[in-house]
Amino acid sequence: MSTLTETTPLLADILASIKPGAGLRADALATLEQLGLPGSKSEEYKFTPITRVLEKNFSFSDGNHETNISNIGKFLIPDLEGNILVFINGIFSEELSTYNHEELHIKPIDGKEKGFASLADFKSDALVAWNTAAWTSGVSLDVSANTEVHKPVILHYINDTTHSAAKSFTRNIIRLGKSSKLTVVEKQDTIGTHAGFSNVVTEGFIESNAELHLYSIQADGGKRFHFGQTTIWQDRNSRVNTFTLTLDGKLIRNNLQLILDGEGCESHMNGLYILQGDTLADNHTVVDHRKPNANSNELYKGVIDGNAKGVFNGKIYVRPDAQKTNAFQSNRNILLSDKATVNTKPQLEIWADDVKCSHGCTTGQLDEEAMFYLQARGISKVTARAMMLYAFAGEVLNTVDSGPLRNYFDSMISERLHKNF
Amino acid sequence: MSKDNQVLEELTSKEYEHGWTSNIEMESAPKGLNEDIVRFISAKKNEPEWLLEWRLKAYRHWLTMKEPTWPNVSYPKINYQDVIYYAAPKQKAKVNSLDEVDPELLKTFEKLGISLTEQKRLTGIAVDAVLDSVSVATTFKEKLGELGIIFCSFSEAVKEHPELIKKYLGSVVPMNDNYFAALNSAVFSDGSFCYIPKGVRCPMELSTYFRINAANTGQFERTLIVADEGSYVSYLEGCTAPQRDENQLHAAVVEIYAMKNAQVKYSTVQNWYPGDKEGKGGIYNFVTKRALCFGDHSKVSWTQVETGSSITWKYPSCVLKGDYSSGEFYSVAVTNNYQQADTGTKMIHIGKNTKSRIVSKGISAGHSQNSYRGQVHIMKRAEGARNFSQCDSLLMGDKCGAHTFPYIDVENNSAKVEHEATTSKIGEDQIFYCLQRGIDEESAVALIVNGYAKEVLNQLPMEFAVEAQKLLALTLEGSVG
Amino acid sequence: MLSIKNLHAKIEDNQILNGLNLEVKAGEVHAIMGPNGSGKSTLASVLAGREEFEVTEGTVDYLGKNLLELAPEERAREGVFLAFQYPVEIPGVSTINFMKTAVNQVREGRGQAPLDAVSFLSLMKEKMKLVEIDQSLLNRSLNEGFSGGEKKRNEIFQMAMLEPKLAILDETDSGLDIDALRIVANGVNKLRDKNKAIIVVTHYQRLLEYIVPDFVHVLYKGKIVKSGTKDLALELEAKGYDWIKDEVAVV
Repeated sequence: MSTLTETTPLLADILASIKPGAGLRADALATLEQLGLPGSKSEEYKFTPITRVLEKNFSFSDGNHETNISNIGKFLIPDLEGNILVFINGIFSEELSTYNHEELHIKPIDGKEKGFASLADFKSDALVAWNTAAWTSGVSLDVSANTEVHKPVILHYINDTTHSAAKSFTRNIIRLGKSSKLTVVEKQDTIGTHAGFSNVVTEGFIESNAELHLYSIQADGGKRFHFGQTTIWQDRNSRVNTFTLTLDGKLIRNNLQLILDGEGCESHMNGLYILQGDTLADNHTVVDHRKPNANSNELYKGVIDGNAKGVFNGKIYVRPDAQKTNAFQSNRNILLSDKATVNTKPQLEIWADDVKCSHGCTTGQLDEEAMFYLQARGISKVTARAMMLYAFAGEVLNTVDSGPLRNYFDSMISERLHKNF
Repeated sequence: MSKDNQVLEELTSKEYEHGWTSNIEMESAPKGLNEDIVRFISAKKNEPEWLLEWRLKAYRHWLTMKEPTWPNVSYPKINYQDVIYYAAPKQKAKVNSLDEVDPELLKTFEKLGISLTEQKRLTGIAVDAVLDSVSVATTFKEKLGELGIIFCSFSEAVKEHPELIKKYLGSVVPMNDNYFAALNSAVFSDGSFCYIPKGVRCPMELSTYFRINAANTGQFERTLIVADEGSYVSYLEGCTAPQRDENQLHAAVVEIYAMKNAQVKYSTVQNWYPGDKEGKGGIYNFVTKRALCFGDHSKVSWTQVETGSSITWKYPSCVLKGDYSSGEFYSVAVTNNYQQADTGTKMIHIGKNTKSRIVSKGISAGHSQNSYRGQVHIMKRAEGARNFSQCDSLLMGDKCGAHTFPYIDVENNSAKVEHEATTSKIGEDQIFYCLQRGIDEESAVALIVNGYAKEVLNQLPMEFAVEAQKLLALTLEGSVG
Repeated sequence: MLSIKNLHAKIEDNQILNGLNLEVKAGEVHAIMGPNGSGKSTLASVLAGREEFEVTEGTVDYLGKNLLELAPEERAREGVFLAFQYPVEIPGVSTINFMKTAVNQVREGRGQAPLDAVSFLSLMKEKMKLVEIDQSLLNRSLNEGFSGGEKKRNEIFQMAMLEPKLAILDETDSGLDIDALRIVANGVNKLRDKNKAIIVVTHYQRLLEYIVPDFVHVLYKGKIVKSGTKDLALELEAKGYDWIKDEVAVV
């Protein structure tokens, strides 16, 4: 339709790979065709050349190779009991999953759920449109009012790239009834050495007084290219805490959007990226204050080594109705190598006057004065550096409630930072 | 609260005081823009062939460009064929002394508080006065000449110092830099030129005063400042325009070239007509200002107090090429009624141990939208670069908006970059504290806003600071609660 | 123990030490006094190995070793301790964890086995009493939000824990009220013995009432221009530094 978008070979390949559907799928497909994939001029993907890397690494019309995985034990989170739902190449695996319906309703997603595709806007982002047209599997998590779910739901997104590049398109919907509580953990892993692409879109509806904890673990040592869009709508007095840990992957793009659409909402968005090699991690976050008296707090920290690249874009919107908003955002980065780079763009857009909003971001190195202090007490440079980096990361890590998850994160971070004290 | 709103109303309803027009005989080009107009302007100014070619090249490039849409402002599409690109007061071909200047013209500037009669001037400021498209008078030229300082209108510089103009015109802002710079390069009519020789510290403030008078006229002036090794200059720029119902276009270019150890301080108090309370009329202010810190240890400091214009699109920038060079940007931008401002800076760190500092204070009232947009780019080679940015926004009333868009790109791991931004309203407790001490609300607001902007106002030369403070109080008089 | 000969040092382009000589023997307490900007803190920093300072001439011999060749942590392990004038706040690093790492790395450097948790805690308890420092303080991030007095007590506590041979107290008295000063000085005095040497760098005589020095040196323009006993400190207190400046000017 648009004359501006020429159909690139990649777009043609993608369009050919999607089975024509009806309704929403058809609409999304048309949108994808019209938007095209984001180019280098696209402001939202300026530092994240997703189109170029997909072109280089994937042929989408080829489809996925047969997969035959029987054991995912090594990917499980130690000591964490939960409802485990496993997706291999974007297809739900009943036999690898272990869950029950004691505390919540878990069912495969069918696209007919209330509110489906109402939050994740496929009209403006081609990758969301792609997912909306092409999703193959996913889960609907539904918690009844006044229910506290004790066991977390753990979603394992595994790409099997043993024989060829794998592509997965997953779609989830989470609905928390009034005054309910749920913890969801997402984890990415790869089997095999070929490239893997994942496109995961999750929509959350958090009703009044409910509480959602969402953890995302991106420590996939495989050749993972990932796009994720998570949009969560919050009603009155609800609470959402997110924590995104990125340690590995080739290109990781996380779009995380919280819509605070009721009075008295509270949101905490935390992120930690400790990167090395040639990993590119891009966190695009949006906190959208639409109603009064809500608080949001965002803290993203990065340690970037090797050729790695960190991108952070954080938008805070305070709409005209959202008086008495408190919104804080902080992004801090440490560059460890001379090839590491960071691009950060915190944004405040404020239309209400009785608010307290601030953002801060820093990029720098370890504090030399502190390093000297530690060394003057006899601590070696290597240990001092690890201590300082661990303390830097610790501020984010401390936002995770104690328990097996905290220990798991701690062990991964310690290993990455060579902490041996 | 309702009392606060009332005060706010009063404050924000203050009329623009420079809205009068003067009756000066004018000579203009016909409306519209084409190659003939470019040739007309060039011919009017008896320009050399190379400059005409340069303009035409810029014009042809402009035709291929699109008006930028990324700024956070909205305005009806500008019809570039409905603008007069050249208007000049009719007067003798060459003015030899101030006595020969049209007395009506002198009066115009007197009325603005800019006396062109040297003995009446505050000593210590030399002025180049630009009315619509042309420079009408430059004061203290001889005195400056003794030091080898060149300070004159751009047209004069083209004639008298062609080698300098040829060398530096477009060296910082190339003719095809952006849409508005290209337009300016094609049709610029006059402006100021300043050259400070090696090792000279300019003993007085140099100042350009811009006034748009004629209707339907665009103003496209161009300022070029060249600071040779080890020199210093402080430069001031002021501007006003009559109150007219139509929007008027102002697309200026300022280029600063700083050599080794040179220091340039550039201060602006921008008070173009902002439009009326309903947002009718006002100046579209699309300005490209950039400094090249070419030499090691050079330093350029931009200070701006932006209170006027209906639309402001302006990013005074520093390209820090020399090692140990430094750039500063201090800004207060006030928007009221239906004004829209998208302003900020770019600090491009290329050289080693380069430093930059950004302090931006935005104040929005009425239905206005005020955006800070700034980039700090530490390039790969910029070992040891440092930046600190502080961008604060103050909101007065619940119908305006304040927006912050910083872009921070770091490609060198020895760089230290810090950015902080806050948005808040005037503290009720601060106002209450003042009230309790017997200060009325209006003065309290003025006091607090001035305090809020102090860090920037302090950067201005004395006379300017006083004017700026008054302007702030006027723009916001009674404004907040 | 310490022999400084003709020491010259600069930071960036500022020459600060200009041929300083000093001999310190085990068991001695030396006070270095002098007006602001005379180079007192620079001397402390150079001895501890701060990288910004460049030694341009001279030698520092410490127990037969060339001190200037050692990295800061190696100096610490050899028993050089600097009590900082401005102890650094390190958010996220707990004082206990920091101290345990330091003690064990210093022990390792001295060829001793690391302390287990129990021995470490009991050692800590013992030393805490010395400077009347509270456990709750040590559970917090290193120096973060500590008052001036708490920071200085923490320095002396660390000194007690690391058992140095040569302790350099850099303006340890600055910013302390009289009670805190006494606590800090008592801590130091308890650590005095015939095998240890202490260099007290200070602007005022006040601290020397509590930590009585064997020798007092006046540093001026990067050189020791006058040495004496503790009476010299009293004289300085009474007369200020101007007469020293005059004396130097005459010479």
